[in-house]
Formats: sequence, structure tokens, C-alpha cells
Amino acid sequence: MSGEARTNPLNAGLMHGALILYTLIALFPVFVILINSFKTRRAIFSEPLALPSSETFSMIGYQTVMRQGDFFLYFQNSMIVTVASLFFILLFGAMAAFALAEYRFRGNLWMGLYLALGIMIPIRIGTVAILEMMVATGLVNTLWALILVYTAQGLPLAVFILSEFMRQVSDDLKNAARVDGLSEYAIFFRLVLPLVRPAMATVAVFNMIPIWNDLWFPLILAPAEETKTLTLGSQVFIGQFVTDWNAVLSALSMAILPVLILYVIFSRQLIRGLTSGAVK
Amino acid sequence: MAERRRIRWHIVVFLAPAVIVYTAVMIFPLFNTLRLALYSRIDQERVFVGLQNFQTLFGDPIWSEQFWNALGNNFWFFVIHMLVQNPIGIALAAILSHPRLRFAALYRSAIFIPTILSFVIVGFAWKLILSPIWGIAPSMLDFVGLKSLFAPWLGREEYALTTLALVSVWQFVGIPMMLIYAALLTIPEEILEAGEVDGITGMSAFWKIKLPLILPSIGIISILTFVGNFNAFDLIYAAQGALAGPDFSTDILGTFMYRTFFGFQLQLGDPHMGSAIAGAMFAIILIGVCIYLFGIQTRLRRYQL
Repeated sequence: MSGEARTNPLNAGLMHGALILYTLIALFPVFVILINSFKTRRAIFSEPLALPSSETFSMIGYQTVMRQGDFFLYFQNSMIVTVASLFFILLFGAMAAFALAEYRFRGNLWMGLYLALGIMIPIRIGTVAILEMMVATGLVNTLWALILVYTAQGLPLAVFILSEFMRQVSDDLKNAARVDGLSEYAIFFRLVLPLVRPAMATVAVFNMIPIWNDLWFPLILAPAEETKTLTLGSQVFIGQFVTDWNAVLSALSMAILPVLILYVIFSRQLIRGLTSGAVK
Repeated sequence: MAERRRIRWHIVVFLAPAVIVYTAVMIFPLFNTLRLALYSRIDQERVFVGLQNFQTLFGDPIWSEQFWNALGNNFWFFVIHMLVQNPIGIALAAILSHPRLRFAALYRSAIFIPTILSFVIVGFAWKLILSPIWGIAPSMLDFVGLKSLFAPWLGREEYALTTLALVSVWQFVGIPMMLIYAALLTIPEEILEAGEVDGITGMSAFWKIKLPLILPSIGIISILTFVGNFNAFDLIYAAQGALAGPDFSTDILGTFMYRTFFGFQLQLGDPHMGSAIAGAMFAIILIGVCIYLFGIQTRLRRYQL
């Protein structure tokens, strides 16, 4: 870890060794699940670490999953919930952040603190009352229940990060627009929003994974067959097929793949967001 | 800007959606849950009972034994994260931040992959790998000559919780790694070069220069770990079910609250006792956050870089 000038080969070797070792630890379970999902039951047990060969290749697990579970519906539900929640988090979050960053009004500081409370306090604590409220309003077993909860959960951090960024938007630009007769709404939508797009992407990526992967709220608020998310659906499915290893491995692989694809698409954004200091 | 008399409606319009959703779905239910903890259902009617639920929770041996068991397990879960996850994360970040390291982006992305997977996948994947039926874990231990060490870790009371905590560490190591990595990147070259002039290089540069500078970030990952651990639920539920077996040895506050308020198998759900447990969790998290905000964060010296 010395300066750039002197990195001796031994040190470099050790560093790569440590990183490769940990990378293997991180990827090994995923790899084992994926390769075994394409094998016959016999091969899964006799040679769990071998790649599927022409003799051991089998799609039987996937066939069972396709026949039994309604994975397309689950996937669609997860998609709807995640995309809608992100949309509301970003829209409402950016609007509130703009109000806090742009205008001086009485209670501005308190409003900021009030909205920031939720960064540290997990929304799960209020589950009992949330369930009661969703039952009372008839939203139980609808995707709206999940969308509302995830929007509320995501807003505090979104407002916090976005208002930091909006403070950096030049005042001259906004004042010039005001002189030109643009309304405050036009300034927000046409001028400021496009400028904070990178920060919006960061917020979106931060929220996407926890929403997609959440098990608690789907389990409690929307466990019905037609509203199951992919996470809950695979949990229930795997629970029912514990002894059918082909089906379990295939279901796991099918749950891994969409996330992995999303990650490959968004990993640059995610890592930039995590390392940009937005959460410091 | 002079305070004007008239209401500036656009501010209201900008703030209203976020404040309404946040208040209605997060803050109000939070306090409503705390309020529900003071009620009980007697003869189909909701009756105010004061602190009686808390008395039951802490005083009734059946309840208090479960509560302290869950709390103790939860603390152990947190201790493992602090002792294993965060040091490994910091070490990986320290290596990754080396200026001349090749393939750093590749390693970073690969090590972060477990973090994006859902608890369901992680729980079942490890359950299969550690399963004595499949035999991946024993045959790998056999490969390095340690087969005798193998035990059905998830099935034994004395190992199950630690095993699950380590699985959770495996999953989340990416978060401290990324946050510390970001903090290390903000340290200016000049400081490290000045240290080098004074003969502080290599490991001692890490301990004497970098580590003190990233202490605030370590504080942040500690409180994030604390809050995350004390409302954890999914991994235990996915791997061991709501009964957090074997014999409640992996029961933590999240699973305890779920069983209590939602009911499970023969146990009937009791939203009021569930609220009482939620109240206890709220208090614990609040204490943790306050210790961090007032006890740790204010004392950490922030260096102007």
C-alpha cells in the first residue's frame, strides 16, 4: 500500500492473491447453483462441481418450474412494483428536495429534519399499523400497498441526496429563467431536473435492489397468488419443492438471472453512486 | 429574500406529495404501532391496557425467555458482522484502492455480486451447499484434508446462528467495501507522499495515516450495520422458516415479531404483542442511533482534506 513508485512484485502478487481468493468465495455459491441447474439429478449428486456435459445436461428442473410456478406473473409483479415505486420516489423526492434546496421559508430546516428521520428508522417497525391501514383501505393484496410502502421507505434518502445536488445548481441560471418569465414549475421540470439526472440515477439504483429483493412486505401485505413478487414467489415455490433438487436449483437460477442482468446493466452507475460520496 | 405575506403555493405543491406519502405510510403507522402496543384485544374488543403488554413481554417467563433469547441472538448476529464483515470490507477496500492495482474494477464488481442477490436466493443457496445430503461442503473440506471439521452447521443449535451470521456477512461485505473504498479515494496524494518522505509507507501508512482519516466512514458503516441487523428477518426466514430453528436458536427480533403478530402454525397472531415487540425494537434502534450521533460521531475528529 505504499506510493506508486515502489510496488514490488511480491506485494502485487499478494494483493491479487487475496482479491482472487475473495472473488472466488463471493462467486462460488452462485456458480455452483447455476451449473447444477442444468444437470440431471444423478449428476447433481455424483459430481456437484463438474460442468454439465452432453451426458449430464438436463433441463428437467426448468420444465418443472415452468409447469408449476407462475414465474412470469411474479416477474411482472416485481417489475411493476419496482418501476412504479422508483418513479414516485424520484418524482416526489425531487420535488420535495427542490422545495427544500431552493426556497427559504419558515420551517425549512424542520421539514428537512422531519424527512430525514426515516433514513435511520426502518419502516418495518410500523408494520402492524401499516397492515391494519391497508386492510382498512382495502389495499391489502394489491400491488399499490407495496408501491406506497416502498415509496415512503425510499423518500427520506432520496430527498437528502437530491437536495444536496440541487444546492449546487447555479442560481444565475434559475434567476435568468425567472427573468425570462418561466414559472417555478417550469424551472423545476425543464431546468433543474435534467441537471440532476446523474443524482437521480444514483437514487434509483440504490432503491432498486432492496425493493426488488424485499421479502417482508410482500409476505405480509400482498401474499395472494396474483400479487406475489418474484422474491416471495420463489420463496414459496422452493419451500414446496424442497426435495426436488432440479426444480429448486432451476428456480434459484431463474431468480438470480434477472438481478444479475440488471446488475450488469447498472453496475457502473451503482458503483459510481456508492463511491461518489453521495452517502457520506 | 424578504418574507412575503402571501403563501407561496408552489412550495406547498412541491412538498405535499412527499410529505403526505411519507407521513401517512411511514411516520403515522410508526406511532400508531407504538400506540397499539398499549392496547389489547379482550372479548373481540380493543381495550386500553397501558403497559401491560410490556409487562407480559418482560415479566411472563414464556414471553421474556423468547424475547431475551431473540435479543441475545440478535446481538451475537451484530457482533459477528462487526468483527468479520467490516474488517474484511476495510481490508478489501484498502487493497482495491491501491493506485497501481490492475483489474480493480473487475474485482470490485465481482465481490459486490452477492449483495445484489435476494435473501431467498442466498439463504437457499447456502442451505444447499452446506447440506450434508448434497455434500459439497464436506467434499471441499475433504479436498483440503479437513473433512473431520464438517458438521451439519445449519442443523445444530450451537452453530446455526453463527453460520447464518457468516452467510449474511458473505452477502453484505460489498457495502462496507464500497463505502470505505470511496473514503480512501478522497485521501489526497500529497498527504501520503508527505508520509512517505517521513518514512511511513506500506502497512504503517495504512494504520497511521489512512485509518484515522476514514474513521468517520467506519462510524457510518457501524451504525448502518447496527440498524440493518436489528431489523433483519429475511435471511433467517428464508433459511430456517418462521420458527427460526433448530429450537429457536436462530430467532432474532425480526422473526420473533413476525411470529407474534402474524401468527404461525398453532400460534394465533396477536397484533398488540407484536406492536410491543416493535416498540422494543424501536427503542433499541433509537438507543443505537443516539449513541452513534451523540457519543461517537461528535467525538470523531473530521480532518479537513
